[in-house]
Amino acid sequence: MNFRVNWIGFKTIVRKEFIRVVRIWIQTIVPPAITMTLYFIIFGNLIGRRIGEMDGFDYMQYIAPGLIMMSVITNSYGNVVSSFFGAKFGKHVEEMVVAPLSNATIILGHVAGGVVRGLFVGAMVTAIALFFTNLTVAHPLITFSMVILASVVFALLGFVNAVFAKKFDDISIIPTFVLTPLTYLGGVFYSISMLPEFWQNISLGNPILYMVNAFRYGILGVSDISIEYAYLLVGVFVVGLFSLNLFLLNRGIGIRE
Amino acid sequence: MHALTIKDLTKTYSNGVQALKGIDLSVESGDFYALLGPNGAGKTTAIGIISSLVNKTSGRVEIFGHDIDTDLETAKSCIGLVPQELNMNTFDSVLNIVVNQAGYYGIERGLALQRAETYLGELRLWDKRSEIARNLSGGMKRRLMIARALIHEPRLLILDEPTAGVDIEIRRSMWDFLRRTNEAGTTIILTTHYLEEAESLCRHVAIIDEGKIIEDAPMSTVLRKLQREVFVLSVRDPLESAPNLPGFETNLRDSCELEVAVTAGTNLNTLFGTLSDSGITVLSLRNKANRLEELFMGLVENKQSATG
Repeated sequence: MNFRVNWIGFKTIVRKEFIRVVRIWIQTIVPPAITMTLYFIIFGNLIGRRIGEMDGFDYMQYIAPGLIMMSVITNSYGNVVSSFFGAKFGKHVEEMVVAPLSNATIILGHVAGGVVRGLFVGAMVTAIALFFTNLTVAHPLITFSMVILASVVFALLGFVNAVFAKKFDDISIIPTFVLTPLTYLGGVFYSISMLPEFWQNISLGNPILYMVNAFRYGILGVSDISIEYAYLLVGVFVVGLFSLNLFLLNRGIGIRE
Repeated sequence: MHALTIKDLTKTYSNGVQALKGIDLSVESGDFYALLGPNGAGKTTAIGIISSLVNKTSGRVEIFGHDIDTDLETAKSCIGLVPQELNMNTFDSVLNIVVNQAGYYGIERGLALQRAETYLGELRLWDKRSEIARNLSGGMKRRLMIARALIHEPRLLILDEPTAGVDIEIRRSMWDFLRRTNEAGTTIILTTHYLEEAESLCRHVAIIDEGKIIEDAPMSTVLRKLQREVFVLSVRDPLESAPNLPGFETNLRDSCELEVAVTAGTNLNTLFGTLSDSGITVLSLRNKANRLEELFMGLVENKQSATG
């Protein structure tokens, strides 16, 4: 593998993805800003005042890390799935397939693009959150590493979705029927300690719970689950999903006849 | 050295269609090579395999000696592809499309911008560099794909029907550009349905039909195989019926246009002598159909009647 060719190729993909995010800002930047502002106003401010404290924090503070993570997850996923499927649909994925780029570079470039958008939107949501509440970062390293790792995991998942997708419906099914329910049930709005034991155990099967709680631990210092276990799980997902994507591209699935 | 070597290449699609049934091809470095065939003959599949867009079923492909099974990335870096179907992000600008492609081949942005100016300029697209690709005309999109394919200065340029749907003026300017590119040392493989284009540009021709190569020879050798040519003569004085010219088959298209069939080996001077003896004055002469087209149709039809 020619490192120089792949490094320049990687930078080119990331740059192209960044330009795409900025070019279609009305689809990529504005919707999460509006949605999250509404969440903060309705759940945090109006309803949250009646809920009171959760794990020693007011409700607005408690849900802020979850909402930031939720926006990072959905935007990282959404960027990769729509960009790579769009490239397949428009056939311009062939521009990369015919070039001497390794499949790993194609994956990493798109994942980095998804992370860039996820973190950009996450930073924007954080800024919006600061209009409604005070946030201090209890464990900066955990906060930043977990948000980046979660973004990588969902960018990789978006890539898997895009590889298998054959029509536009296929890129909305997973976000609508899998990602959104798992996010809402992933402890964004509540602590799983509020649930009956049976539902607590079911919740432990939801990977988003670990990411949201580890991120919340990074900011607020409280979590429903073990942080070490969260890192282990996220690490396994990163390695597993990257390997899966590499296997799919090496087999030519979704990109070659 | 061979720019391209294909040995016993086969492709069977998952639906069972056998697109290539064991083809062998060798393209000399520096050649201008026509790969012709009717629709569905296997041309695009062969090009897809050479350029890594299609997985082969069996066989060997080498690009300048680099086997696509063992040295794929080097092989890819030698090829520039202009596909049959538009495959660009039409929401992106002309300049971005070309410069991004350079990036995928490991060319730094500064150099890519210089080359973009060169190739977009030569293909008369530099003024459109900031335009969104979808706003370009069909001919401009085709030229953009050629500029994109050349941005990494490949040693082998493959063009799959590059002038389809392009008006004659643009087509001829593209021919000039491709001739200059070939003269500068780039090996070119061209597929086209305009056989006049292949005859005008290419020095070697291979004809593929139903997944098999049925002809593979220098253009001049192939054209010599033509057994019969039909010429259309414009005559000065109107004729009432087709004249009887000994040794020639004639047909009157209209009173001032006469078709004459000339078999291989017949001297045209004999024809003109016979016409002169019959008191017919010829003002101009042209081929009724492109010579390669006649040969192509003959080969394909012969094969169909043999298999039918």
